[in-house]
Amino acid sequence: MTETRIRTIDGRALAIRGDDIDTDRIIPARFLKEITFENMGKYVFHDVRFDESGGRKPHPFNEAANEGACLLFVNANFGCGSSREHAPQALYRWGIRAIVGVSFGEIFAGNSEMLGMPTATASAETIAALQDAAETAPATEWTLSLESMTVSGGGLELPVHLAENRRKALLEGYWDSTATLVTNAALVEQVAARLPYMHGYD
Amino acid sequence: MAKNTLYDKVWDAHIVTRLPTGQYQLFIGLHLVHEVTTPQACDMLRERGLRVAYPERTVGTMDHIIPTDSRERPYADAQAEAMMAALERNTREFGIPLLDYGSGRQGIVHVIGPELGLVHPGMTVACGDSHTATHGAFGTLAFGIGTSQVRDVLATQCLSIAPLKVRRIEVGGTLGTGVTAKDVILHIIHELGVQGGIGYAYEYAGAVFETMSMEGRMTVCNMSIEGGARAGYVNPDQTTFDYLAGREYAPKGDAWERALRHWQSVASGADAEYDDVVELSGGDIEPRVTWGVNPGQSVAVGEPLPDPALLPAGERETAELAYAHMKLEPGQRMTDLAIDVAFIGSCTNSRISDLRAAAEIAKGRRVAPGVKALVVPGSQQVLKQAREEGLDRIFTDADFEWRDAGCSMCLGMNPDKLVGDQICASTSNRNFIGRQGSPTGRTLLMSPAMAAAAAVEGRVIDVRGLD
Repeated sequence: MTETRIRTIDGRALAIRGDDIDTDRIIPARFLKEITFENMGKYVFHDVRFDESGGRKPHPFNEAANEGACLLFVNANFGCGSSREHAPQALYRWGIRAIVGVSFGEIFAGNSEMLGMPTATASAETIAALQDAAETAPATEWTLSLESMTVSGGGLELPVHLAENRRKALLEGYWDSTATLVTNAALVEQVAARLPYMHGYD
Repeated sequence: MAKNTLYDKVWDAHIVTRLPTGQYQLFIGLHLVHEVTTPQACDMLRERGLRVAYPERTVGTMDHIIPTDSRERPYADAQAEAMMAALERNTREFGIPLLDYGSGRQGIVHVIGPELGLVHPGMTVACGDSHTATHGAFGTLAFGIGTSQVRDVLATQCLSIAPLKVRRIEVGGTLGTGVTAKDVILHIIHELGVQGGIGYAYEYAGAVFETMSMEGRMTVCNMSIEGGARAGYVNPDQTTFDYLAGREYAPKGDAWERALRHWQSVASGADAEYDDVVELSGGDIEPRVTWGVNPGQSVAVGEPLPDPALLPAGERETAELAYAHMKLEPGQRMTDLAIDVAFIGSCTNSRISDLRAAAEIAKGRRVAPGVKALVVPGSQQVLKQAREEGLDRIFTDADFEWRDAGCSMCLGMNPDKLVGDQICASTSNRNFIGRQGSPTGRTLLMSPAMAAAAAVEGRVIDVRGLD
């Protein structure tokens, strides 16, 4: 169904610092009451970007220099917590197309992949270098290459990692899993027929 | 690589095929759906002209957004009403059974699945909620998934998923008086860290789990994700079978006998191999309370709060953020802390044994002046049982508010929310900043008995020392 192959993500980057940035921080639960993902981009990091009367607080997602950025550099265990796809949806709809971090919450990483948004990992040193560079020179143009598994920009070229199955899914355009899964309906029926609980354990 | 564990057996039995990406297409035996993660998934099905492949393996209910003080429709919150209407429309259109108020079986997905006997050992379970690992208490592989994966499971009854490693967490010995399943899982997460489980399924084993009730095992498995683990399980045993016997959707008669043989066969073998083994001692565990902004930041109730400078480098920054948000100081004791709210409920601790433990504390006492205390049963059936046992009266006599079933104050999606920087003694699973509905609210995770004790004392107290 989806034929989009994702080889590189090119553009400006911004950094969000801190370990264990959870999904409640990325998108507070009250915004999950909307029955579509449409507005999620507006709400990304809402409670750390805005005060109670809606005034802007200093935050990388509020800075004019970061508008239009599509790469996000983060630290460890980013996206831990809830399974809400609203979190990667909010980042994606704001404009993020790839995230590079030390590590990711597992459900978050899976949800991001479903949107075609890679969550590549790198060493803490690499991340520190990327975050420093993105903050000091926000106009830098970066490239995350899923072919060479590097992120480059501003004179840096650093190695990143992505589980081979995730990388392949993006490179070969299989990341929309429904399209792949539905083609195996006959095999699914065979497995279902073998499972004891599917037919009263007879 | 793990070998002959329950994880391996259940995983292998459910493999449909290996996908071109290297991931596996895994059949899902039970798909639980609720109002929050289905509207978009069902829209996606409609856009693609797809149907629900196995509606009979899918069960819906409502829990996250519903008010727990009034069932009247339309809800005062128009967004909640729209979401509920979407759930009703979608389940009708796609032929999914819906356990709504009228059924008498409504409740939190992770409470009703087990209590109705829908979850059997050896199954795979999926739900658009990260606490789905709860069902691992029955010896299942249970995965929390996002909306696009809900779409996958609706359309194909399958997930595209990469294999996990297996870590056996063996807790030996016995638990001391006043130490509960909640304390055990808070201890495990504290020991292994909130990132420690990334890439793993946790197998909870050893004497402490062998002697633990099913409801206790559910509390433990429920919080696997808080330790970073995608799934967590306990091998099925007589305790599991006794719990299932006679439940509405449990097999009956001859089928029960055949089911038992199958269920016994899925447990990890004596020769099972693991990717990692961790041993802990049950005797070391004390009642615990979180002091920070993730579930790993907890202390034994009497212990002073840690000095960030003495923490491992990776935890220091989060500890400093936690101190700033919680308005606490290193060296302080949690027992010095006055609370504003006590919340007894959530998919972690809203089952009948949780309510009994809280009621035992509440009986003959009163909620401290100025404290708002809520008891929210996990399901209509739990509520009914509690009423039959007179627990509702014990709570209301003690000035606790007695509510209808739902997620309530666990997550700030319904009218039950903290206000300002209120401190809440909570039996839920997450103390993330803003989790309970106020960006400045402060959550202290603890067991039902500890939360009830905090409610009546007006401050955190070691439940073992309550007069």
